Amino acid sequence: MTNAGTTVVEADAPAPAVRLPRRRGIELALIVLAVLLSVYGYCDVGLAKNGTVPPGAAGYGAGLGVLALLAHIAVRLRAPYADPLLLPIGVLLNGVGLVLIYRLDLETPGDRAAPTQLVWSTLGIALFIVVVLLLRDHRVLQRYAYVSVAAAMALLILPIFFPSVNGARIWIRVAGFSIQPGEFAKVLLAVFFAAYLAANRNALAYAGRRVWRLQLPTGRVLGPIVAVWLLSVGVLVLERDLGTSLLFFGLFVVLLYVATGRTGWIAVGLLLASLGAVAVGWLEPHVHNRVEDWLHPFASIEAGQGPNQLAQSLFSFAAGGMLGTGLGLGHSILIGFAAKSDFILATAGEELGLAGISAIILLYALLVERGYRAGLALRDPFGRLLAVGLSSIVALQVFVIAGGVTGLIPLTGMAMPFLAQGGSSVVTNWAIVALLIRVSDSARSQYDGEVGP
Amino acid sequence: MTRHIRHAACFCALLLVALLVNATRIQVVQAGSYDDNPANRRNSIARYGQPRGDILVDGAPVTGSRDTREQLRYERTYADGPLYAPVTGFASQEYGTTFLEHSEDDVLSGTDPMLSGFPLWNDFTRSRPLGGDVVTTLDRAAQRAAYDGLRGRKGAVAAIEPSSGRILALVSTPSYNPAALSGNDATVGRSWARLNGDADKPMLNRAVRQTYPPGSTFKVVTAAAALDAGVVTDLDAPTDSPVPYRLPGTTTSLTNASDGCEDLSVREAFKWSCNTVFAKLGVDVGVDDMAATARAFGFNDRALRIPFSVAQSTFDSSLDRAQLALSSIGQYNTRATPLQMAMVSAAVANNGQLRQPYLVERIIRAGGATVSTAGSLPARQAMYPATAARLKELMTEVVTEGTGTNAAIPGATVGGKTGTAQHGIGNAGTPYAWFVSWAQGERDMEAKVAVAVVVEDAEADRGEISGGGDAAPIARSVMEAVLNPGSKSGG
Repeated sequence: MTNAGTTVVEADAPAPAVRLPRRRGIELALIVLAVLLSVYGYCDVGLAKNGTVPPGAAGYGAGLGVLALLAHIAVRLRAPYADPLLLPIGVLLNGVGLVLIYRLDLETPGDRAAPTQLVWSTLGIALFIVVVLLLRDHRVLQRYAYVSVAAAMALLILPIFFPSVNGARIWIRVAGFSIQPGEFAKVLLAVFFAAYLAANRNALAYAGRRVWRLQLPTGRVLGPIVAVWLLSVGVLVLERDLGTSLLFFGLFVVLLYVATGRTGWIAVGLLLASLGAVAVGWLEPHVHNRVEDWLHPFASIEAGQGPNQLAQSLFSFAAGGMLGTGLGLGHSILIGFAAKSDFILATAGEELGLAGISAIILLYALLVERGYRAGLALRDPFGRLLAVGLSSIVALQVFVIAGGVTGLIPLTGMAMPFLAQGGSSVVTNWAIVALLIRVSDSARSQYDGEVGP
Repeated sequence: MTRHIRHAACFCALLLVALLVNATRIQVVQAGSYDDNPANRRNSIARYGQPRGDILVDGAPVTGSRDTREQLRYERTYADGPLYAPVTGFASQEYGTTFLEHSEDDVLSGTDPMLSGFPLWNDFTRSRPLGGDVVTTLDRAAQRAAYDGLRGRKGAVAAIEPSSGRILALVSTPSYNPAALSGNDATVGRSWARLNGDADKPMLNRAVRQTYPPGSTFKVVTAAAALDAGVVTDLDAPTDSPVPYRLPGTTTSLTNASDGCEDLSVREAFKWSCNTVFAKLGVDVGVDDMAATARAFGFNDRALRIPFSVAQSTFDSSLDRAQLALSSIGQYNTRATPLQMAMVSAAVANNGQLRQPYLVERIIRAGGATVSTAGSLPARQAMYPATAARLKELMTEVVTEGTGTNAAIPGATVGGKTGTAQHGIGNAGTPYAWFVSWAQGERDMEAKVAVAVVVEDAEADRGEISGGGDAAPIARSVMEAVLNPGSKSGG
């Protein structure tokens, strides 16, 4: 290639093999930043509430740091090409969530949720490490599509046999821990949808009868997937967990659209969803109340019964204004029940302000964007659909719950990913991040040694 | 597939952007209306999150704050609740505020912009300044003397410094302890119900919010009007007044409690409080001049604030002659608050000049720096100085020789006027005993105190004597407390 004394690359020569930067250093630096930010928040809460740095600050920081570091090492070992943003975002959101829960614990001396949440975060990161270490190739999951769906169904049906908690039958209690099996089912269903649609997408898109301008797929292909979806949504309606139903429905429609490219499906899906929503909102008193609360958040005030949770949540956000009151100085505890779980974002809104809320939502947006980017870069349909599905779960979940507590849509109970109190949710989200790490690693490593994308 | 992934990504981006837009809506655009919603407890939490400023009497606070460690953290306490209740009012977490606690609430709760050292500093730090203190004009000894004098009876006392308008005492009995209303628990609700249901109306501020027929004490005004209008030029000339006096245009006759009022001079008629003489005098003066003088003394003024509002004292200006005759002796439609009658007495003592009464001397910041002072409030001439001088003479004689001897203080010039006001249907109610007076120590350049006392349930017969018997001793002890600070009644 080189003549003596010259270094001119010939124009028609093939591009040299480039070794892609792995960017693990960036990841480490960002993780350190995320841990430092969390510890800073933790100290800030203590200083604001008691005037002293909380005694557990060093331990908390060290704990979070070690966990994050272990996760980082696992990524370095087994997914060296993975996207460097995914893990730090997970660590930061989890850390901020712990700070917010710790902050609310100070208002409820009888109910300490932060230590439990830390245990669950540890389990979540352990699961993350296990997934990253053991799952060498995401395509393996394709083989387990029907196992996944069977497991998902089992998990969804399981809570029916346990007593209902706060009007929803979605928890099971094992050894003192409350577990929400529906959370785990999300990932399993995403795997199933991705695998099934990847295998049958052509049949879905092109086979079957054409009615007017709508290409209907054959019942043989669509049947199982609609059955699974109807079953899961039906179970959830029985369990009165409408947020998750909405999430499953959104996931189903998005994946179906991405797999088949048929806009008609979206239209039909949305139509069915609207009909279903109106019907449920009309018939089911629980849902009807939620819709009424959404339309008239201050109705209970006018009725002289004091503000309801949604009104308190709106007051909380409003009190935060642009810059927030500062950690530990707000009164989001007025929301009362579920302040640490479904309404955790209100605490962020009041104490960190619009600035903090924007930062948090942008973090989620970044997480979703990195997932989609991995999906775009992959070549195999299953991987693409899996990446899109997992990212969409995060986006939809954030929208459903954040939109609910800010009065954008009717409120449905659901956990804010990583932030909210709830063990199952944290573990599931770490599993989602682990799978995205795996998928993004595959997406970029396929180009290593080739011409860059 | 790539294209559809991009579409799906756009959809997700749309969802998250919607969240951001909505967050901006509730946190910035509509935040103000949410913050001001009365159901939003944050305002209350901030309001009670720091100790409330204090109300000071003679340099010492008569209020305080108690840290309850509850959500609404600080509760009001009162050092001498019932004694100062007509001045302080209450500051309740449940039922709002009244009187000084109400009219000075901005200062006490720290929201008054005067309290922050630098403009916008508290907006920047998102903190609120500590509540300021309100320094009152009250005289602790006078207040105590008035309260002790009324003990066990229904009534009110108002005392003013004539030369300035400073209110020295403002007492209403029966009183109540405002601390019983401070908090927000169930006992507060019960106290509220009990105080409101009490037939004696302990929360009624009789000194400024209740009007009474002033009875014979109003003869001071009638005499001033007669002298100013020139109807009377010689105090010692006989007045050509019959006994009984038939009210003009009616068959009703007016009599006196004491004998020998016929054709008496104004001087003697004032001393012995002859109704017939003053009823005729009022008719002779005419309704216009009577109303003008009453107005100059502060009657028919609905705008008076001390700084809380005072009930309007009334002198009807559209009267026939019979009604005017009755009005001129403080009956019929004539009504006055005790504070109003103290103002009448103060105007006489201050050479005819009426100083607007006020309660708040100064506002000071938590650190002690003065933020504002009362300054000089407007004054007006209620009568000619010469008239005032002659009225002083008349009032002095009431105390030295007439119906008000119970108010005499050795070593001081005291002027006074008794009153016994009929009221109720057919004048069937127990009459109100009145005494208005002023006092000047022998070494003082000017009168130091003007007092009005009303006792609702005087135990005496319906004689003129009850004003002097029941109300005058109370007025005397209040005047003594002002004239001889620290001598007799300690605090």
